[in-house]
Amino acid sequence: MTDAPLLLAEGLTKYYGARLGCADVDLTLHAGEVLAIVGESGSGKSTLLGLLSTALDPSAGRVSYRMRDGILRDLAALSEAERRLLLRTDWGFVHQNAADGLRMAVSAGGNVGERLMAVGARNYGAIRAEAADWLGRVEIAADRMDDDPRTFSGGMRQRLQIARNLVTRPRLVFMDEPTGGLDVSVQARLLDLIRSLVATYGLAVVIVTHDLAVARLLSHRIMVMKAGRVIEHGLTDQVLDDPREPYTQLLVASVLAA
Amino acid sequence: MSDAPARPRPAGGPAMPAITYNFAYLDEQTKKMIRRAILKAIAIPGHQVPFAGREMPMPYGWGTGGVQVTAAILGADDVLKVIDQGSDDTTNAVAIRSFFAATAGVATTTRTSEASIIQTRHRIPEAPLASGQVIVYQVPIPEPLRFLEPRETETRRMHGLADYGLMHVKLYEDIAHHGHIATTYAYPVRVAGRYLMDPSPIPKFDNPKMDDSPALQLFGAGREKRIYAIPPHTRVVSLDFEDHPFAVQRFAAPCALCAAEGVYLDEVILDDAGSRMFVCSDTDHCATRQADGHTGTMRAPYGSSAPSSPPPPPHAGENETALAETVPTPSGERP
Repeated sequence: MTDAPLLLAEGLTKYYGARLGCADVDLTLHAGEVLAIVGESGSGKSTLLGLLSTALDPSAGRVSYRMRDGILRDLAALSEAERRLLLRTDWGFVHQNAADGLRMAVSAGGNVGERLMAVGARNYGAIRAEAADWLGRVEIAADRMDDDPRTFSGGMRQRLQIARNLVTRPRLVFMDEPTGGLDVSVQARLLDLIRSLVATYGLAVVIVTHDLAVARLLSHRIMVMKAGRVIEHGLTDQVLDDPREPYTQLLVASVLAA
Repeated sequence: MSDAPARPRPAGGPAMPAITYNFAYLDEQTKKMIRRAILKAIAIPGHQVPFAGREMPMPYGWGTGGVQVTAAILGADDVLKVIDQGSDDTTNAVAIRSFFAATAGVATTTRTSEASIIQTRHRIPEAPLASGQVIVYQVPIPEPLRFLEPRETETRRMHGLADYGLMHVKLYEDIAHHGHIATTYAYPVRVAGRYLMDPSPIPKFDNPKMDDSPALQLFGAGREKRIYAIPPHTRVVSLDFEDHPFAVQRFAAPCALCAAEGVYLDEVILDDAGSRMFVCSDTDHCATRQADGHTGTMRAPYGSSAPSSPPPPPHAGENETALAETVPTPSGERP
């Protein structure tokens, strides 16, 4: 891990018309680090994720990313082609709703292979072997490779989405509530898988969640958002075990003990 | 207008004025607009240029795009050939040919070599095209990415960025499900190393004819109001994988009428017992060969006044393998 941050956001602000999405967010993320953004619905978590991943244009502030050549570049200054290349090689995006991140009418193998083909792979055998390898790593049976994701369960779809994102060996993955809508046992397995993949490949992850348990399990650092602003941030254990802000205390206190 | 049928006149009433059309039906301003689109399309090979398509006196899907392109480029001394699925005498071909004969008074022909403009639906003639000829394709859906990415805003961006990986996903799916690339018509091509293009629903058998063709190739889509073009001698490459290279259909038996090999054949069902024959889809090519004395297995020799009874058609099952599948390549095994 070098000293230079992988992702750097300064003064990020987003207004939807007169309404505030998020305001004045600064953050740094280093390679291999997992940052959780927590907060209740409407607190600006998803807006922030959209801004970081360049899906949204900020009203003010900027996001920079350290490219593979080591140079920190302002993402707003990238051309559309460069941004697309970045999004599908060095980055990944795992959506809450797998249908948003997958091509539902394309087989699992095709879904995983799409990124490879987009960056120029033209050997069917090699693409297929790579796709099979990744499906194995996310525990999808080899005989489901030619089935399309409409026939998959929710947990399988999420795992497929992860394989599809990781096939180009990204350094940074954004996750938007990756365990949302899954039942708890499937959630647990998925979290386990994400945790092991993050460790194996040294991924940097920005994960948005409202589930503090997910944040505790996966993240090194945590940011708490309320009404579009970051009200508290720090090491995950520190924030969750010793919350300073009243709102954070409320969040922590409202987790049901099983 | 000379050969338009005379209209009945009411007895005793004043003579109805004869309907006169502008040359080739469209008004001059419209033709100018279409020509501008064509010039732009030629300047950017394979790029879809929008144009203000007009209502034509025929329904969409019957070649309104091709007809407008033909109308815009037609001159008084042009010789027009119109084919539909390779045939000069099907409804669509006959209707469009007589449309231009009536509205432009141009000469028409069925001979590929004599035509200066060939409007086509779903085929490229077998006889090689020559420099100076123009082939106009009727296009139902100009966007090759349409069924992969339904958003027009997104497909335009993909064209702009030459972001064409998705097309290979389609070919990947073909191989994954069928063991080979099962797309047999409207097979996507890359034009001049840049734009991805739908060659209109021609069989992939015809794709190689587009590459480095000495003729100018124009594509008109009437419903979607797009024109695109391949200038003469432009590189046109059919997409494929390294280990599943592009291959055209091969036919096991020659044409049953003219014994031509290496041409695209149509299957003709002969009775309800499953008998069939395979004949050239290009009727002009077949007729020319027959006139030259080539005779297939199911045709009487050329010139005999009354055709003697042809040999009995092959029975169902005998000719099952007449249409061979795409020839698999040695490396084409499924992993």
